[in-house]
Amino acid sequence: MANARKHFDVLVVGGGPAGLAAAVSAAEHGARVGLVDDNPALGGQIWRAGVVGHGPGAARWIQRLEATGIEILCGTRVFDSPTQNSLHAEIESGLLELNYQKLVLATGARERFLPFPGWTIPNVMGAGALQALVKSGFPVSDKRVVVAGTGPLLLAVAAYLREHGAKIELICEQASLASLALFAVSILKLRDKITQGLSLRKELAGVRFVAGSWPVTAEGDGALTAVVVSHGQKLEKIACDFLACGFLLVPNTVLPALLGCRLQNGFVEVDRYQQTSVGGIYCAGEPTGIGGVDLSLIEGQVAGSAAAGHAEASRSLFGERRKLQRFSQALDRAFALRSELRGIALPETIVCRCEDVTYERLKPYTSWRNAKLQSRCGMGPCQGRVCGPATEFLLGWSPDSVRPPVFPVRVENLGAMVRDLVPQDSELLRGPQ
Amino acid sequence: MPEQITLSVNGRSVTVPQGATVAVAVAMAEAHCRNSVNGEPRTVLCGMGICFECRVQINSSLHQRSCQMLCSPGMQVRTDG
Ligand SMILES: Cc1cc2nc3c(=O)[nH]c(=O)nc-3n(C[C@H](O)[C@H](O)[C@H](O)COP(=O)(O)OP(=O)(O)OC[C@H]3O[C@@H](n4cnc5c(N)ncnc54)[C@H](O)[C@@H]3O)c2cc1C
Ligand code: FES
Repeated sequence: MANARKHFDVLVVGGGPAGLAAAVSAAEHGARVGLVDDNPALGGQIWRAGVVGHGPGAARWIQRLEATGIEILCGTRVFDSPTQNSLHAEIESGLLELNYQKLVLATGARERFLPFPGWTIPNVMGAGALQALVKSGFPVSDKRVVVAGTGPLLLAVAAYLREHGAKIELICEQASLASLALFAVSILKLRDKITQGLSLRKELAGVRFVAGSWPVTAEGDGALTAVVVSHGQKLEKIACDFLACGFLLVPNTVLPALLGCRLQNGFVEVDRYQQTSVGGIYCAGEPTGIGGVDLSLIEGQVAGSAAAGHAEASRSLFGERRKLQRFSQALDRAFALRSELRGIALPETIVCRCEDVTYERLKPYTSWRNAKLQSRCGMGPCQGRVCGPATEFLLGWSPDSVRPPVFPVRVENLGAMVRDLVPQDSELLRGPQ
Repeated sequence: MPEQITLSVNGRSVTVPQGATVAVAVAMAEAHCRNSVNGEPRTVLCGMGICFECRVQINSSLHQRSCQMLCSPGMQVRTDG
């Protein structure tokens, strides 16, 4: 049984830019709104509130949020949908049942990590992860950092870390200079879209940036001491304290998939009002396509208005949305992962960090499902969120179907979930009298 | 300046700003979070609650994701190393 139960006209899962915009828009149309996020505070990835509060850009939305009667539920992690129009979430005090008329899924994205020798050594982490650590109070000043991987996030992170006193030794971008140049041209056509990457030139003045370059080995015993990068023809070894490393973002589609929303090429399919293939369930932000904060905000507003029964109210945003979607497609093309990256994992490299499964142990299998059953890859607590996108790239495996709980939950909440699956008067679960 | 909080990581006293996550305290104590199945040291990978590499013991609760938990005064954190 749930410890508590709540009812909303519109329930929003995810408190990043997309979820905030959806919740505010729905509430401003008069709906009774609940906003759920598993982090200790709202803001999502880009507006993560750490020791210094939410980042710039968030203020306007937080202000509008405070002017509404939205019920904010942080530290609340949705893991199951026991029945239609109802979700189960884990909270510190137990289990929360969330009932809704309309649902907006704004679950965001995570970084993709690729395995290479040494990637499990402490202080090799995601680019966004090091940024998050610093936002939450880690003093990075005078630490030597190599930023590697691909995508505009690398530049945003490097600029942020530098501003906080880190010494950025090198930024390695795996995309070639030619595809970066093509990208620059293609986004120029989008006229007034000033990309964050381009506007960071000043903040990153004097920092070494190499295109067509990627990490091949991290070294260190107990903690990172150096990283070897490949510039295609030659290798270079750089001493550093941190390697901040991510290979684009992957959408968090597990919850939408659990609810039966149709996916296409890994993204949640939506109509012009951001409604998924399941009536009454909307999706906004990164799960529908990796497009950055501006696109997330627009999609959130469209979804929130529609969920509150005012679908036409956000029509004026459709044009801008189309433009930003084109930007997102250009981004995909420019930062596509090069095939050399499939070669950086060696046979003895760990691919599944939860269960320490190496690359050579995975190679005999033909599918994710087989590998999972036989090698335990993806059976650990991350439930394949890290090794899934990695094996998808390395071995071409597609993810498995989704089963609840979509996050590991405490045993007592698992019990509640099982109880929901069987008839109420089932002998099986009644336990000793 | 945000207020400072003092807590303990493996018996060592660490001071962090208010609002810092437990992962920050562990990093400042130069400890790692957990030992893997094969005994390798691990710390933060994702920083956002999905990878479970940052698990530590907080007071009497085992396997807490340190990147998702805020520090509080007097907290006792135990890691694998
Ligand atoms: C690690 C990282 C760092 C980034 N840093 C930058 C940056 O510096 N600059 C920049 O321009 N862009 C950055 N981005 C890109 C940025 O994420 C997007 O542009 C923007 O934040 C997307 O907003 P969103 O609302 O779609 O998703 P998000 O901001 O990802 O928000 C989704 C929220 O949903 C929550 N959630 C997901 N599933 C559940 C569940 N089951 N139960 C409860 N809550 C759930 C998540 O915890 C998260 O808070 C970063 C991305 C990542 C992954
Ligand atoms: S660092 Fe990944 S869950 Fe905490």
